[in-house]
Amino acid sequence: MDLVTQISQSIPAILFFALAALAVVAAFNIILQRNPIYSAIGLIVVLMALAGVFLTLAAPFIAAIQVIVYAGAIMVLFVFVIMLLNVRAEESITDKAKYLKLVAPALFIVLLAEVGAIVGALNVPAKTVLSANDVADPSKVLGTVESIAQAMFTSYLLPFEATSVLILMAIVGSMLLAKRETHEEAKMAYDAQRDYQQKAGD
Amino acid sequence: MLKWIVLAPLVGAILNGFFGKRLGERFVSIVAPLSVFVSFVLAALSFKNLVALPANARVITEHWFTWLDVAGFRADFAYLLDPLSGIYILFITFVGFLIHVYATGYMHGDPGFYRFFTYLNLFMFMMLTLVLADNLLLLFVGWEGVGLCSYLLIGYYIKKKEAGDAAKKAFIANRIGDLSYSIGLFLIFTTFGSISFVAKAGVPSFLTQAGVTTTVTAFTFTLIALLLFGGATGKSAQIPLFVWLPDAMAGPTPVSALIHAATMVTAGVYLIARCSAVVVKSPTAMLVIALIGAATAIFAASIGLAQNDIKKVLAYSTVSQLGYMFLACGVGAFGAAIFHVMTHAFFKALLFLGSGSVIHGMHHEQDMRYMGNLKKYMKVTWVTMMIGWLAISGFPLLSGFFSKDEILWKTFSSEVFPKGTGTLLWVIAALTALMTAIYMTRMMVMTFWGNERYDGSPEIHGHGHDSHGHDDHNAGHHGHFTPHESPWTMTLPLVVLAVLSIAGGLVGIPQAMGDLVGISNSNHFEHFLEPVLAHAPAAAHAAADTHGAVAGVAQAASNTAPGAAASHTEAPHDTSLELGLTGVSVGLGFLGILIGWVFFKKNPLRGMPDVLENKWYVDEVYEDVLINPIENTSRNVLWKIVDVKWIDGYVNALAGSFGALAGILRTTQTGFARSYAAVILAGAIVVIGYFISSLMH
Amino acid sequence: MLPVSFGLAFLQTAEIAGAPLSIKLSWCLALSAVLFTIGVAGVLIQRNVIVLFMCVELMLNAVNLTLVAFSRFLNDVTGQLFVFIVMTVAAAEAAVGLAIIISLFRNRETLNVDEADLLKL
Repeated sequence: MDLVTQISQSIPAILFFALAALAVVAAFNIILQRNPIYSAIGLIVVLMALAGVFLTLAAPFIAAIQVIVYAGAIMVLFVFVIMLLNVRAEESITDKAKYLKLVAPALFIVLLAEVGAIVGALNVPAKTVLSANDVADPSKVLGTVESIAQAMFTSYLLPFEATSVLILMAIVGSMLLAKRETHEEAKMAYDAQRDYQQKAGD
Repeated sequence: MLKWIVLAPLVGAILNGFFGKRLGERFVSIVAPLSVFVSFVLAALSFKNLVALPANARVITEHWFTWLDVAGFRADFAYLLDPLSGIYILFITFVGFLIHVYATGYMHGDPGFYRFFTYLNLFMFMMLTLVLADNLLLLFVGWEGVGLCSYLLIGYYIKKKEAGDAAKKAFIANRIGDLSYSIGLFLIFTTFGSISFVAKAGVPSFLTQAGVTTTVTAFTFTLIALLLFGGATGKSAQIPLFVWLPDAMAGPTPVSALIHAATMVTAGVYLIARCSAVVVKSPTAMLVIALIGAATAIFAASIGLAQNDIKKVLAYSTVSQLGYMFLACGVGAFGAAIFHVMTHAFFKALLFLGSGSVIHGMHHEQDMRYMGNLKKYMKVTWVTMMIGWLAISGFPLLSGFFSKDEILWKTFSSEVFPKGTGTLLWVIAALTALMTAIYMTRMMVMTFWGNERYDGSPEIHGHGHDSHGHDDHNAGHHGHFTPHESPWTMTLPLVVLAVLSIAGGLVGIPQAMGDLVGISNSNHFEHFLEPVLAHAPAAAHAAADTHGAVAGVAQAASNTAPGAAASHTEAPHDTSLELGLTGVSVGLGFLGILIGWVFFKKNPLRGMPDVLENKWYVDEVYEDVLINPIENTSRNVLWKIVDVKWIDGYVNALAGSFGALAGILRTTQTGFARSYAAVILAGAIVVIGYFISSLMH
Repeated sequence: MLPVSFGLAFLQTAEIAGAPLSIKLSWCLALSAVLFTIGVAGVLIQRNVIVLFMCVELMLNAVNLTLVAFSRFLNDVTGQLFVFIVMTVAAAEAAVGLAIIISLFRNRETLNVDEADLLKL
């Protein structure tokens, strides 16, 4: 087997490693940046990298959804909120739990070690997955729109419907939460707060 | 069909309760009596079917649905019609119907018209449930239901405090009795495994079992009988729980007539008669019942002598007559007791309705001191009430004469108790009869004869204090006015009841008198009831004396004589003794009337002894001996020490310790979401670490 | 069109017979674990509530990766279906969460979670 063939056959694995490295770096970027907009960009990179990983794991539909929903919709929402609230880098924000700066890395390392131990002990051989080249019926192929749709609308119809109800509730809930208060409501809230503080003062 | 007898008044109650207010008085005054009339017609038809059966198989049962069937405990909504319940439903529905008609006149124009008839119909439903129930639990449903309706109707005038107080008093006194009843019920179930009056699912009724059992001890029988009697003392106003009945007169007069004279208060007698098979097994219990009955009879009669409120007189008279009935039960003459229940229902309902008519005509004046000479204005009421008066006084050939005489004779001839007891009880009962005649005469004289004292300035000899309550809006004290006769809806029931008070006794002429005029088998009533009621063990005390030898014979005799009571087949000289005693009691009745007439005709406001007017201070004694100690103990010990110091103290100490502990733990609550997240993570790490380490091994 | 479908085809053929280097389940899980713990650490050290939210999303994605990997290695489409539902939940959560953030910002003029401490002692 010549080197070219070997390399071409190893493309998925190589791709996986490259994307994994990118994702980890971008993830660190999220948590270490002070400006939330940079964090958001880091998250977008992670999401795109994971979409690529999904492609190597026979999940093209999920990969597409990942890009459309996460990167396209959710992240836009995040960036939009950041812009809306005009948040800049954290300037002189008091840190009331400074000890976490030390505790967090320690917990991070311990958790990583534990998970590493579990992963290292695993040994699951890969099952053969049919490809679109092998069969004519796309619903028999893992990760195609057809196979997912078949599962979703037969065995998992109820969870699917429940999810739609969840979305509905989220819409109503977010509208209610983000609605600007009327003057009366604001006054009531203010009064309640004042009473509370008076009580606390007593 | 039986269930519709019961349900018809319920339908009426529902219609009146839900639609009566909107549809008005006319609708209610048609629906309410009609529903009871339907009930009466069905009852009469059922009774006809019952009579058509052979004499010793007169039982009709109807299973509606199974109510409880748990681990051998069986209670159904099932109805039992036998001679006992048959007689009861007949007079209940009939008298009830008459009183409903009467009440449409009496309550005319009352703002709570529909409410009144809703309660009244509901009462009929509950009373019929009580009587037709085929087990003790369903009977208890009716028992409680009539108690509830009684409470609602006594407190019907919701704006009067005394009505509310009287209602509460009735309810509480009944509750004490109900407790006794329910314990008796439990005891019957644990003893016999059945609470039905008829065999159910292969289990013979407890009545049958009581007749044949050899394993149940005499003590258990005594306990059961006394517990049931305890229930009856509450419902039927016997010593010591009678105090509620006179106060119950705060309710409207038709209620007093229906519930507190004719029907509900006789439920206790019904219960004892129904469970007679158990009662006769315990001579001790029978003695207690007889003594309490006799004591109540004479005690209440003596109080009745001195009351000025026309309804109070009748109330004490009712208590006294109920005492007669229990006396009869106690001496084993259950048939005579039921006979008296029926005749009493007629003449006492008549008297109450008559008094209601008087009160109505006097514009809600109840005090007899402000009446007099009403015979001039209220002819029908006067004549009909005279019949009631003569009937209760024991005037020959009227209904009260037969039943009372039967009780007196059975008491005298009783062989249940040790020698002399029967005679003593007879003397008490005869004295009561004398007093009954006196106070009834006094009532009649004060009301219908003498001078007119309507203008509210009577000379009250020696008694300035007016102890009874007046209707708030009475017109009696405001100037001169003319009493008037009541409308036909009120007088018609009076006439019908008067006829029954005259003729009602003829169904049960004692055999001795029947022999006198040549009628054989004259006491239909008792023969009819014969199969249902148990016989008193004729020589129970003799059994104790001769160690069983005689008892076996007596038992056998009473068991093998289902058709005729032993006393009817006795020697002729017994009959002459019975007739002689009848003469004595008639004489006492006339003497009482004469005394009453002579004493009160000239001077109707004659002062009576304080102790009688104040009802022997029973209420005061109860107040001091029972209520105040209980209240003081509750207030000073149970509340201020047990509740506040112990129970609250314990709870507060517990809460305080939690507070202290929480005070320590709350320091971990920093309020920073991120530190909580750190703690959660640390916990998760520990858990994961535990699983990893356990997997390693 | 043609090159794209070609590329997909070769990616879908996850296990090429005799390939010297092929993706293993443990790699995927390790990547997932690393991303997840980074997310957890982010929640601990970041104070900006929006970034906290992003860290939560990161953790959700790490879990998604696990599900997809198992789906691939057990050849069962259910895992991918779960991912689909997790994404929906994440979207709903983001909508509500961001609404809460807006509301918080309006009331307290800050995005620092340490300032939202009314629950403290």
